[in-house]
Amino acid sequence: MAEPAIRVRGLRKQYGPVEAVGGIDLEVAVGEVFALLGPNGAGKTTTAEILEGHRSPSAGEVRVLGHDPARGERAYRERIGIVLQSTGVEEYLTVRETVALHAGYYPRPRDVDDVIGLVGLEEQADRRVRQLSGGQRRRVDLAVALAGDPELLFLDEPTTGFDPSARRQAWEMIRGLTALGKTIFLTTHFMDEAQLLAHRVAVIARGEIVAQGSPRTLGDRHRATTTVRFALEGDTELPDRFGAERDDGQYVLRTDRPTELLHELTEWAVAASVELAGLEVSRPTLEDVYLQLTAESRT
Amino acid sequence: MTDVGLALRQVRYENRAFWRNPAAAFFTFAFPLLFMVIFNVIFAETGGAAPGARASDFFTPAIIVFAVITATYTNIAMTVSIARDSGVLKRIRGTPLPAMAYLFGRIAHAVLVALLLVAIVAAFGAIAYDVSFPWEHIGALTLTLAVAAASFCALGLAVSALMPSADAAPAIVNATILPLLFISNVFIRLEDPPAWMDLLAGFFPVRHFADAMLAIYSPAMAGGSFDPLDLAVIGAWGVAGVLFSLRFFSWEPRR
Repeated sequence: MAEPAIRVRGLRKQYGPVEAVGGIDLEVAVGEVFALLGPNGAGKTTTAEILEGHRSPSAGEVRVLGHDPARGERAYRERIGIVLQSTGVEEYLTVRETVALHAGYYPRPRDVDDVIGLVGLEEQADRRVRQLSGGQRRRVDLAVALAGDPELLFLDEPTTGFDPSARRQAWEMIRGLTALGKTIFLTTHFMDEAQLLAHRVAVIARGEIVAQGSPRTLGDRHRATTTVRFALEGDTELPDRFGAERDDGQYVLRTDRPTELLHELTEWAVAASVELAGLEVSRPTLEDVYLQLTAESRT
Repeated sequence: MTDVGLALRQVRYENRAFWRNPAAAFFTFAFPLLFMVIFNVIFAETGGAAPGARASDFFTPAIIVFAVITATYTNIAMTVSIARDSGVLKRIRGTPLPAMAYLFGRIAHAVLVALLLVAIVAAFGAIAYDVSFPWEHIGALTLTLAVAAASFCALGLAVSALMPSADAAPAIVNATILPLLFISNVFIRLEDPPAWMDLLAGFFPVRHFADAMLAIYSPAMAGGSFDPLDLAVIGAWGVAGVLFSLRFFSWEPRR
């Protein structure tokens, strides 16, 4: 099997008496989009900054692209791109100058106009950074991180503070990057962001990984009980054999075998000529799982 | 690109950004000339003990001192504090650009601005006030400017390391430098200062820079010739600034 892009074993980080990260294991494959999902203060940024080389771990083993990030090697920094939580570029340079300046730091940079195109700032390319809107500045951040054509990209809460349409645009952009074959390590506290962008999600709470998996399987969501809801019009009653609960005039059925149940249910309904009004089949959302996972760790 | 190439490239981009910031360019360039005119008017009688000495013989070298300090110490302390707070330093730290190449870019640019200012103030003094440029002491002048510019850059970096936030930078920078400019024979020629003030000013580098420049420009007014000991004091402060920066300089925003 190929060497993973990121491998973390027993990572700990203490700040004085406070343990920000309490012994986590992570593995991110090359070309994968990995999301570290968790509430504020869970240890996401600390973990990301250790992987980026901005901080040293208190204990544990960290290998990223075969390097130990804490050693701050230039060869390592030539292969990664970092988008920090807050913007930080020279205000008085234009977008193109900023990207060109950063591209010059790397041995094999990406074409400057190509990078500007990737983040959708073609029209603003010759404007100074200080004249840009907040969302456009975040794109400059991303452009600067992409300037060196990194193999691995760190995105620390890339859409925090965005309005819904700006978030959607940012997501489009990040999905576009996956097509370039980049490995992406993303931190976020938005479930929908993790679900939409990531191949794999780890949920972190209080410095510990409480669940790991694909957005579909996280927290055994794919095996979780399915809920079927509907109402029956008129005075038709649902036969007792379905074992339904009543909730506000609706029938609620829970099952681990939804295919079978739906088959029986619709067969009965068609035979009895009744409509299953407002029929709804649902599984717990990622948000339900996430809230449950992060709540458990608090007790 | 080589590290030297990268460092020189930083200077170019710093320079471009500097001239686009009208406030920075204005304060750095307009203030020294403005002060020179004002001081020459209000202190016209300040001739000093030397016969035939004029206020402009004092204020031309004094304003050169002020200009160099503004362009190096003040400029570095402010811009580095802002760059740290806005995350520019942290971002640079995550790129392959060597830290020294980045800092060299800032410092070399500050020194270039300082040299340009020296030329402007000296030319203004020569043209407007007929204060001749000290070609005969060009060696001492070059050495003094080099030691002072380097030392005040180092002190600017050191002070930026102490800065709690970028908002505090203007207050802290002014609090550290303005009093010294007043007691160190820069803004005002002190004919007969109290002994304690003389002693206090003598401890800091500003006074020694001012003494050295006055001795180079107007030996008669300085009451003595250029004293290398002044440079030694300035240089010692510079070394202290470097050591302090090496120990306490941070690339992380303080939040």
